[in-house]
Amino acid sequence: MTYGRYQKYHPWLYEPRFPILWWIKKWAYIRFILREMTSLAVVFYAVVLLLYVNAVSDGPEAFAAFTAWLKSPLSISLHAVAFFFLVFHSITWFNLAPKAMVIHIGAKKVSGSVILAMNYLTWVVVTVGLFWLLTF
Amino acid sequence: MSNSGLQPTIDLEVYRYRPEQQAEPTYDTFTVPLRDEWVILDALNYIKDELDGSLSYRWSCRMGVCGSCGMMANGEPVLTCAAFLKSYAPGSIRVEPLANFPVARDLIISMDDFMEKMNRIQPWIITDEEKPLEEGEYLQTPDQVDEYKQFSMCINCLLCYSACPIYGMEPSFIGPAAIALAQRYNLDSRDHGQETRMDILSTDDGIWQCTFVGECSEVCPENVDPAGAIQRYKVTSTNDWWKSKLLPWTSKQ
Ligand code: FES
Repeated sequence: MTYGRYQKYHPWLYEPRFPILWWIKKWAYIRFILREMTSLAVVFYAVVLLLYVNAVSDGPEAFAAFTAWLKSPLSISLHAVAFFFLVFHSITWFNLAPKAMVIHIGAKKVSGSVILAMNYLTWVVVTVGLFWLLTF
Repeated sequence: MSNSGLQPTIDLEVYRYRPEQQAEPTYDTFTVPLRDEWVILDALNYIKDELDGSLSYRWSCRMGVCGSCGMMANGEPVLTCAAFLKSYAPGSIRVEPLANFPVARDLIISMDDFMEKMNRIQPWIITDEEKPLEEGEYLQTPDQVDEYKQFSMCINCLLCYSACPIYGMEPSFIGPAAIALAQRYNLDSRDHGQETRMDILSTDDGIWQCTFVGECSEVCPENVDPAGAIQRYKVTSTNDWWKSKLLPWTSKQ
């Protein structure tokens, strides 16, 4: 089975079709697909947040019902799974950062581990800041 | 090795495609001596000399410099002149042409597509204006050389294209080696071609096809890190876009 861009003028070239299940061939590819799927966890959190805002605007009963649902076993297990994927997503994302960010101070390049540390530090500061905002 | 009759051997399952004889590729199994110092390329040369002279494949330097001997060994893109037989033993080795390229014959791929793309990114130094000869050469500091040196090590072996599922799915993707090569010139202090190359690289077929699988950098025999080059370029391109929106007077056009 051949197809392709070359067949018309170079009919002797053999072009196999790219397999749909290409990603199960290698652990690195599987990890990549898993990472792409973590975006579903991000969507989950975004939807929860929207429902939350909606419940707040609908008044105290709606809000109480929503917080009750949040405490249900189903919601807690969904959150556990989503949280796991989000942490996976964030850590792999931060680990990639030094590849994309090249910072110079004077003529010298800042080393990758420093960039990594700065990213994690920002993460912690923002998290603590948000926590403080929400609890005080 | 031992001179007894019991020399160890290893089997190579070699991909065969002879367009004048067959519409679909097949595999031939050859048994070759398993020598400590032999690489897959030595085994192919042995097959061609002793077993089947019709086997076709590319090679030249047999020392990891020319980049012409890239093939798939058990599904992994490798330079066959750097892949030792004994690291696959026991067990056989399946040798196939580089994935994601059309096959011309046996282990030979057609690299026309890459040649065209390489040309498109204008891999040469583009200057705004030439200095008059009297002013001498264009000097660079060691730090300036370090900026692009890594990306200049590419030997065009195309292993990165074979490792890239995006290229497999979207053959119009400019691809790892060509983008790394573009960065090699973009980061050169003597070059002023950034803007010109941006028009080619910032399109859908350029950097934005890349979803950072990262395998191109894993298989690269010269540690060029094309994945890194692409991600860096995404940052540059994004910054440029914001600048052109927020501070339009700073952009050249
Ligand atoms: S023969 Fe030149 S790189 Fe392998």
